Amino acid sequence: MLINLQYFAILREQAGRPNESLETRAATPAALYAELAKRYPFTLAPEQLKVAINGEFADFAHSLRTGDAVVFIPPVAGG
Amino acid sequence: MGFRFTMTPIDTTAGRAALLDGSAGGYVSFEGWVRDHNEGLAVKRLKYEAFDALAVKEGERIIVEALARFPVKHALCLHRVGELGIGEMAVWVGVSSTHRAESFEACRYIIDAVKHRVPIWKKEHYVNGDSGWVNCERCAAPGADTVHHDKAGHRHTLARS
Repeated sequence: MLINLQYFAILREQAGRPNESLETRAATPAALYAELAKRYPFTLAPEQLKVAINGEFADFAHSLRTGDAVVFIPPVAGG
Repeated sequence: MGFRFTMTPIDTTAGRAALLDGSAGGYVSFEGWVRDHNEGLAVKRLKYEAFDALAVKEGERIIVEALARFPVKHALCLHRVGELGIGEMAVWVGVSSTHRAESFEACRYIIDAVKHRVPIWKKEHYVNGDSGWVNCERCAAPGADTVHHDKAGHRHTLARS
């Protein structure tokens, strides 16, 4: 299925791009991050991240559907 | 009321004006400033980046929560994004209420929740030429702050300010 990824902050720098559309067999955000971590030099462990699907926080075990917009969220530092 | 980002310096006069209410007896505000050091390193400047769509949603949820938890009149949070220099204001929170106690409490609640939950990232540029994303690159370093686990399984070091 086709997943639309958007990257922010340290993940954007490590992926070397702000977004991409990716054809994947990953069924969940957890599997998707594991796949991406093989492709890019990501240093953050999945348990340090949150994930958003289609603009809302979601669970790492959520079932992905084709066309989903996925954002992995590194530890935040606002304020 | 609400949560907003700005690319330009935060207008605290307009923020305060948005909280005015004839039935309010007081107003509390918090300003977060860019500090010249963090975790032992001299900071030269920094950059804030946000996942706008979700950040505004989560910021507005925090304001709604504060209004429900504390008997306050109005609450607003303004957060800067982009490049900031030392001493510039990164975030402003303002709350008005009938009596002062609830404004102090709600203001504290909002700034703590914003720092903890809103998808905003801070890249520090150091005097020594290095740079780094706060809470992302040095969290495993010896002497890092307490590690905290929340129900979403998100692990990070508590930011100092």
